[in-house]
Amino acid sequence: MLAIENLQLNTQGKLRHFLSIEGLNKDLLTEILDTAESFAGASEQSIKKFPLLRGKTIVNLFFENSTRTRATFELAATRLSADILSMNIATSATSKGESLLDTIRNMEAMQVDMFVVRHSLSGAAHFIAQHTAPHINVINAGDGQHEHPTQAMLDMFTIRRVKKQFAGLRVAIVGDILHSRVARSQILALNMLGVEEVRVIAPKTLLPAQVEELGVSVYYDMHVGLKNVDVIIMLRLQKERMNSTFLPSENEYFKCFGLTDEKLKIANRDAVVMHPGPINRGVEIASSVADGPQSVILQQVSNGIAVRMAVLSMTMNGNRGAE
Amino acid sequence: MAIEHIEIPVLLNQLESSLIELTEQRQITDPIVIGIHTGGVWVAEKIHNWLNIKEPLALLDISFYRDDFSQIGMHPKVKQSTLPFTIEGRDIILIDDVFYTGRTIRAALNEIFEFGRPNQVILGVLIERNGREVPIRPDCVGAQVSLAEGQRIKLTGPEPLDLMIERRRHARD
Amino acid sequence: MRIEIVNGHIIDPQNGFDQQGSLYIAEGKIIGMMHAPEGFAADTSINAQGRIVCPGFVDLSARLREPGQSHKATMKSETKAAASAGFTSLCIPPDTSPVIDSPAIVELIEDKAEKCDYPHIYPIAALTQKLAGTELSSMHALKKAGCIAVSHGHHALQDLLILRRAMEYAASYDLLLIYCPQEAALSNKGCAHEGAMASRYGLPGIPAAAETIALVQCMELIEQTGCRVHFQGLSCARSVDLIAKAKIAGLPVSAGVAMHQLHLTDQDMRPYDSHYHVIPPLRSQQDKDALLVGIQNNIIDSICSDHQPHDVDAKLGAFPETEPGISALETVLPLMLRLVEQKNLSLTQGIEKLSTEPARILGLNAGGLAVNNVADVCIFNTNESWQINAKTWQSRGQNTPFWQDTMYGKVTHTLQSGKIIYLAER
Repeated sequence: MLAIENLQLNTQGKLRHFLSIEGLNKDLLTEILDTAESFAGASEQSIKKFPLLRGKTIVNLFFENSTRTRATFELAATRLSADILSMNIATSATSKGESLLDTIRNMEAMQVDMFVVRHSLSGAAHFIAQHTAPHINVINAGDGQHEHPTQAMLDMFTIRRVKKQFAGLRVAIVGDILHSRVARSQILALNMLGVEEVRVIAPKTLLPAQVEELGVSVYYDMHVGLKNVDVIIMLRLQKERMNSTFLPSENEYFKCFGLTDEKLKIANRDAVVMHPGPINRGVEIASSVADGPQSVILQQVSNGIAVRMAVLSMTMNGNRGAE
Repeated sequence: MAIEHIEIPVLLNQLESSLIELTEQRQITDPIVIGIHTGGVWVAEKIHNWLNIKEPLALLDISFYRDDFSQIGMHPKVKQSTLPFTIEGRDIILIDDVFYTGRTIRAALNEIFEFGRPNQVILGVLIERNGREVPIRPDCVGAQVSLAEGQRIKLTGPEPLDLMIERRRHARD
Repeated sequence: MRIEIVNGHIIDPQNGFDQQGSLYIAEGKIIGMMHAPEGFAADTSINAQGRIVCPGFVDLSARLREPGQSHKATMKSETKAAASAGFTSLCIPPDTSPVIDSPAIVELIEDKAEKCDYPHIYPIAALTQKLAGTELSSMHALKKAGCIAVSHGHHALQDLLILRRAMEYAASYDLLLIYCPQEAALSNKGCAHEGAMASRYGLPGIPAAAETIALVQCMELIEQTGCRVHFQGLSCARSVDLIAKAKIAGLPVSAGVAMHQLHLTDQDMRPYDSHYHVIPPLRSQQDKDALLVGIQNNIIDSICSDHQPHDVDAKLGAFPETEPGISALETVLPLMLRLVEQKNLSLTQGIEKLSTEPARILGLNAGGLAVNNVADVCIFNTNESWQINAKTWQSRGQNTPFWQDTMYGKVTHTLQSGKIIYLAER
C-alpha cells in the first residue's frame, strides 16, 4: 500500500504537522508520550501555565461541531500561553458557501501560526496541510472517518500510565468501527507501539471492509472477544445509527455489545475500561461500569490536555527543519 | 585560574564558605535551597547537607521557561519542578553548577516568581565562566574561569562529581 | 484534396488487413489501397515510414463540456485534443447542461461541432427528461435529430419500472441503450472502492455489488424488452462473468471499459489525491486482471476514454467532495501501447477495441479502411517518448493521474473525412 507521503515530518524526521498516526513511527509516538508526561506532571502542580508558545496564534477551525475536543485544545493552547481563536464554520449540504481553500487563505491572511482542524470529510486535514503556507502547522482534530490522532495518543498515554508498558497487552475495541476515526487511529497506534493483539468486536454492519488488513482480529461476540483482554475501549454509538439500516434498536445493541459488569468479568481481572466520550449510558456501557473501579474514563479526559500540549509544542517547533 | 588545577572539593569548599559568609551577613536563618536540574541539583544536595537545612531540597527544571524554544525546541524528558507550597516571603538560595550567559538563571527566576514573591534570592554557583549575556551575576562562586572560543565546561555526576572541558558543537547554554 | 499515405504499416482489423502498404484518399473517401488508382496524383503525400496507419479512433464516451460547462472546457479545445490523440469520432453523453433531451439541444451541438471543424460528433440522447428518472424522453425525435444512442449517463436509475419502459421504448426505435450500471442505494455517497484502501483512509465505499446488481437488473429486462444494450464503464471481475454468460445466452449485449480501469487499481492511488477520484472507482488488482482477461477474450468489446476534463477548483478539496473524472483523450493511445508492451494485448486487438468495435456497436460507417470508406485515419508511432505537461497537453482539463509522466507513442497525423485535422509539429 502506498505510504502517505510524509507531509507530517520535516527533514529531520520531527513532527511538522500532526495529521495521522499513519506515516509516523514508534520512536515519534514515544516522544509524544514522554513529552506529554512532562506536561502532565507540570499540570498536576499549582502553576499550570508555561510561556512556550507565547506570541503564537492558534486557530481552531471546526467545520464539524464539537464542544469537548475544542475545549481541550483551547485549554492546552492557553496553558502554553498561545493566543487561541475558535471558529465554528457551518457547512450544510444545501449552502455551498466558501470553499475549503478560500477559508484557509482568509485565515492565513490574519497571520496565524497553526490550524487545528476538524472536518466531516476524510482527507480534509491532509488537503489543508498540502495547501497551507509553509510556516503554518496543521493538527488534525478528526477528519471524516479517517483518523483522530490526538485522541488515540491520549488513549495510548492513559494505557501506558496504567499498564506501564505496551508489550504483551491485548486490547479490544468495541462498537461502531466503521464510522470511527478514533478506532482507526487507535488501531494503528497500538500496533505501532507493539501491543500483543488488537481486537475489534462489532456487528458486521459496523465493520469496515477488509478490516483485518488494518492489523486486527475480528470478533462478533463479546463473550469470546473479551477473554484475556487487558484493555477494553468502548466506542460511542451515535443515535443516527440506531433504528436505521445499521442496527435494529438500542436495546438489541446493548444486549449484544454493551459493556456490563457481567461482561467485564470475562476480561482479565485487572482489565481497564476506556471510552473516548461522550458516553451513552445504557447503550454501549452500563453506568456501573463507567463509574466503576476499572474505568479510567475521567483520566482520559485530563490526559487529553497534556497530550494536546505536547502535540502543539512539538509541531509548532517542527518548522525549523522545513526552512 | 588555570583549569587543570580545579578540584571539586576545593570548589565546593569555597562556595560553601562564601554562602555561609553571605547568609550570616544578611541574617538569613531559614532559607529554601533550590537546585537547578541537573548539575545544579547535585551541587545543591551538598550545600543543603552542609548548611543543615531541615526543609527538603527543592528542584527546578527550567525547560519550559527557556527563551530559545523556537531555536532548539522541546526536550521530551522534562523533570518535575518541586517547589514548596509557598515561596511568599521566604529567603531562597538558588544553586547551579555553571554560570555562563545568565539566561538559565533568568528563566529560573521567572519560574520561581510565578510561585510567589520571595523575600530575597541568593545565587550560588560552582563555576562562573566568561560569556555573560544578561545583567545577572552570581553572589557566591566556587571559582571563576576563562575559556577559549568554542570551549565548554560541564559538570558530570552525581557520583563522583567531576568537571569536563569540551569543544562546543552547537550554540547552547 | 487528394492525399496519399505511403509506406506505413496498415492495420485494419475490420477488413483483416495487416501489412506494409499505402492508402489513397480523394473527396473524403479511401479510393485505393496498396497501389495508386489509375491517374491518381496526390496533392499531399504523407510518408508513414516506421509508423502504424489505422482507422481513426471512435470514442463511446467523451465529455466536451458544452453546452453548459464551458468553465471546464469547450468543444473547440476538446476536439483539438481529440484530433491530436487520433480520435475521429466522439460520442457525447447526455449529461450536458441543459441535458440532451430535446432536438433543439442536438441541433445546438451539431452547430457547434461544425464551427469547430469537427463533424463527427455524435450526441447520445437522455433516457429520461432532464435525466430526472421519472419521464421518458422523446427518443424518436432525438434519434431523428441525430442522436446515435440513448443513455442515462452516471445518474443511477432508481425506478426499475422506468428502466423497463425506457428500454421498451428505445427498442421500438431500434435505439442502442448505453448503460452504466450503478445501483443508487448501494453506491450512495461512495467515492472509492469498498475495500482495504477505503477502510484505511475512511473513504465512503462503493461495493462491487452496486455495479453487478444494476447490471443484472438491466440484463433481465433485455429479453423482455428486446432492447440492445451496451454496458459501459465496467470495473468488476464479476461483471465480466455476467457479460460472458449473457453473450453465451445470445442476448444483444456488448461491453466496454474506460482505458484507465485497465491500468490503475486502488493500490495505485496516492492517498487523497483527487486525480484518482473516478466513478466507477479504481478497484482491486483482481478486478483489473479480470477486465484484462475479458478484453483478451473479447467478452469486453470496446475501450473508451471516458474523457472528463475538469477545472482546477473541481479537484481542489477533501477527496470526497471533489468531482470525479479524468481528462483522458490524450493518454488513450500510449496506454493502449503499454498494454501491448506488457503483452496483455496485441496491437491489432488494441486498434480493434478503439475503433473497429466501437464503430460496430454504434452502427457507424467508420472504423475501417476499405475502399469507399470515409477516410478517417490515424497515423502514429509506437516509441516516441513525451512528457505530459502544460506544453504538450491539449485538453483544457489537466486532471489526470498521469500528469508529468513520460508516455510512449504519439499520433503524427489524424485525418477526418479525408481532411488532415491534426499534424504533429516536427
